[in-house]
Amino acid sequence: MAWETVIGLEIHAQLSTNSKIFSGSSIAYGAEPNTQASLVDLGMPGVLPVLNKKAVEMAIRLGLAINATIAPRSVFARKNYFYPDLPKGYQISQFELPVVADGHLDITLENGDSKRIGITRAHLEEDAGKSLHEDFDGQSGIDLNRAGTPLLEIVSEPDMRSAREAVAYLKKLHALVRYLGVCDGNMQEGSFRCDANVSVRRPGEPFGTRAEIKNLNSFRFIERAINYEVERQIELLEAGGQVVQETRLYDPDRDETRSMRGKEDANDYRYFPDPDLLPLEISPAEIEAVRADMPELPERRKQRFMTELGLSEYDADLLVQVRELADYFETVAQGCGDAKLAANWVNGEVSNTLNAHALEPVQNPVSAAALVQLLVRIQDNTVSNRIARDVFAAMWAGEGSADTIIEQKGLKQITDTGAIEAMIDAIIADNPAQVAEYRAGKEKLFGFFVGQAMKASRGKANPAALNEMLKKKLEG
Amino acid sequence: MPQADSITTLSLRELQQGIQDGRFSVMEVTDAYLDRINRHDGTLNSFITVTHEQARANAVETDNRIRQGKLAGPLAGVPYALKDLFCTEGVLTSCASKMLADFIAPYDAHVAMQLKAAGGVLLGKNNMDEYAMGSSNENSHFGPVRNPWDTACVPGGSSGGGAAAVAARLAPFVLGTDTGGSIRQPASFCGITGIKPTYGRISRYGMVAFASSLDQCGPMAVSAEDCAIALGAVAGFDERDSTCANRPVPDYTASLGDSLAGLKIGLPEEFFSAGLDNEVASAIEAAVKTYERLGAVVKSVTLPNSKLAIPVYYVVAMAECSSNLSRFDGVRFGYRCENPQDLRDLYERSRWEGFGDEVKRRIMIGTYALSAGYYDAYYLKAQQVRSLIQQDFVQALDDVDVIMGPTCPSTAFELGAKTDDPVAMYLEDIYTVPLNLAGLPGMSFPVGFSQAGKPIGMQLIGNYFDEARMLNVAHQYQQQTDWHTRVPAQFV
Repeated sequence: MAWETVIGLEIHAQLSTNSKIFSGSSIAYGAEPNTQASLVDLGMPGVLPVLNKKAVEMAIRLGLAINATIAPRSVFARKNYFYPDLPKGYQISQFELPVVADGHLDITLENGDSKRIGITRAHLEEDAGKSLHEDFDGQSGIDLNRAGTPLLEIVSEPDMRSAREAVAYLKKLHALVRYLGVCDGNMQEGSFRCDANVSVRRPGEPFGTRAEIKNLNSFRFIERAINYEVERQIELLEAGGQVVQETRLYDPDRDETRSMRGKEDANDYRYFPDPDLLPLEISPAEIEAVRADMPELPERRKQRFMTELGLSEYDADLLVQVRELADYFETVAQGCGDAKLAANWVNGEVSNTLNAHALEPVQNPVSAAALVQLLVRIQDNTVSNRIARDVFAAMWAGEGSADTIIEQKGLKQITDTGAIEAMIDAIIADNPAQVAEYRAGKEKLFGFFVGQAMKASRGKANPAALNEMLKKKLEG
Repeated sequence: MPQADSITTLSLRELQQGIQDGRFSVMEVTDAYLDRINRHDGTLNSFITVTHEQARANAVETDNRIRQGKLAGPLAGVPYALKDLFCTEGVLTSCASKMLADFIAPYDAHVAMQLKAAGGVLLGKNNMDEYAMGSSNENSHFGPVRNPWDTACVPGGSSGGGAAAVAARLAPFVLGTDTGGSIRQPASFCGITGIKPTYGRISRYGMVAFASSLDQCGPMAVSAEDCAIALGAVAGFDERDSTCANRPVPDYTASLGDSLAGLKIGLPEEFFSAGLDNEVASAIEAAVKTYERLGAVVKSVTLPNSKLAIPVYYVVAMAECSSNLSRFDGVRFGYRCENPQDLRDLYERSRWEGFGDEVKRRIMIGTYALSAGYYDAYYLKAQQVRSLIQQDFVQALDDVDVIMGPTCPSTAFELGAKTDDPVAMYLEDIYTVPLNLAGLPGMSFPVGFSQAGKPIGMQLIGNYFDEARMLNVAHQYQQQTDWHTRVPAQFV
């Protein structure tokens, strides 16, 4: 009988607040060590935490987006353990009563079916600092810049049955948190981190013993780590062994998971409600205020793009992945009045160029208004789609507006039929052999003549006019 | 110019008035107290740090500001001392622990800032039980404090240094903290007045935590009037403490003339049962009679769950302290052991060597109470009983305006009498801890002396944020009596 894989994911999303969850320090990434650590972050004697309201708003926003319950009363608890990068000797987290519970996210499977993944809970907590083990001559350095950074830990049900499903869920959640503006999703900088709980069982049997895999900082690693772990567990079980409950670390260089600590080494965290913080109470009015301020969610927006703007599911899906890209598209579509043209350009030239430069949509140097001007020039036949791509490249390079570039480079389309006619006559005269072949039925050669004409016009001939006249002339 | 020792017999109001009127300078006042500290603290050991130079420099500056009209107010130029767990920028904050024996805080506690802003002059930092854990001030890395009324006896704890200093007139007022009686019990043992306000009345920011849900700062002084002045200066909202109440602070001196006619006083049966010393009981009864003469009505109330307060308190307080003291790990500040072999060794030896026995005992008990499998039976159950204790008080205070009883079962005991029996020491707090569990305000003020000449304190319990009424209730008694103005013979 086959084995069934069971996966649950715990995701730590770093919230995009300006300051830390319990202090006013900045959370900007990459600062000099310990320059963003206040007295509170250092765990100085006598200091006290004060909850950042923005972090709560963001938790509510995510909760609403995954159709979860927002707890009217949730409690911050202390998770007690000793570690040098944990200044207070405890992490402030939520334990028994999380702010968000009982939500779900629907993913699309490879066969096109939809599957609902349950989200058990999402709770607010503070991040720890970092231990730096290099450059200290056998000692360790501590950087507390990250200590107190707000995190939302999002815990799924064990609903995924393959590494692919896990990645699909993860990507969907990744897009969602970015869409909601609650997390920048940067996996390299650790803003979006994933731990995977993996077990295998015979279908229909109770869940097997799980291993928790840590250090999964890219979609690719997650898939590989889960697949490795599944194989390891199956081999172990089939050899008559047993899976032990433990935490395993994924090593991307060797593509394997290694035992980090067993269950018997697990800390007793001695959770208890943090007496320095009052229970977090959220009124229905506060929830409604966040709801009113919610952006249109990707799924809904995709449907609207399809039904109202007539986009294909493929185009719509691509556009809604990143909120800024979808916003950009909508502005362009509205400006030029042709949603399909706008979608082709945003999903094509714009996205390709962004990707080629490894830029995010917000970093796009060509504004929506500037792109609209270019698309209008396609619509009014000033330039062909092909020439427009050159113009776009020049706009990207900062050479000016579409009109300026078209003007300065003389890229205006030739629509004067007399000029086109003269050009075609010259080509026909210069290529008598090809003309004869074409007329003998080798219609493929039509492309050759178009190419010659475009070359002669340096791409500026109006393609429609050119095609029409060329056909007429060749057919004699 | 008055004699230095006559300055130190003045009330806060008289002291400030004298400064404001130019009858004496802030420097003279400061020197008068510094001089008494120099003469007497060798005996008492009530200060860990005396800020001689800073205090005198501050006095010069304060005199100038007052003369230039830039500073006025009820504490302008008035000296004070702080329990050594309030962080003070640039001044040692040791918590009476070897762990912090060299710790200079980089910031001021909220209350330290408030008193600075009010123009007070810091004389120094008072001795205490290590991390505020104790009822006798014998658990100090810097040695025990002695009771000015009988130097063979303890001053009570944990704010024992401050209480002894006020009793011996080494400071006109001090700030202490009270987690289970640590203001009221030493106030009682030392014959002074002290108030633990409602939980949340004063910001805890910058106060090194013992048990966060119970800790509260409060003033200790000779009289209720002095406490009213000091409380007014430090109470109020501070956004850095999430448990601090955002509500206005009344002028606590404004109601000090109110009549007590018709005041309803409740006497809890449970506070006058077995274990209460006869002399203490008689003094309390006599004080209650004084109140009846002032027009108060006395009735009996019951606090049936208060007998559970000690076990509940010691579970909650120790659980919280076991977590609060985790930050003292030898990594960033405080004591670090010599030549740690590895991280675990650094943690274990730094904490083993840095903390005293009582602190370690409490950390261990608290850690146990929070452990998997014990949490429900100890911590959770204690919190449930805590609610019952609170409800008892709420019900009783529906019927009466204030509750009165003894602060402690007996008067000050001799040094060493209870050090080998932690449970006997914990029972010192039997009348005081229920209030902390309920978050209610409580006071202690002197109502007599034992035949051996040791002070007896009465505890006054009020409703939430009813400190103004409580201070007046104590003040009216002090208008009728002179217990609070008496000074131990050795320190006159």
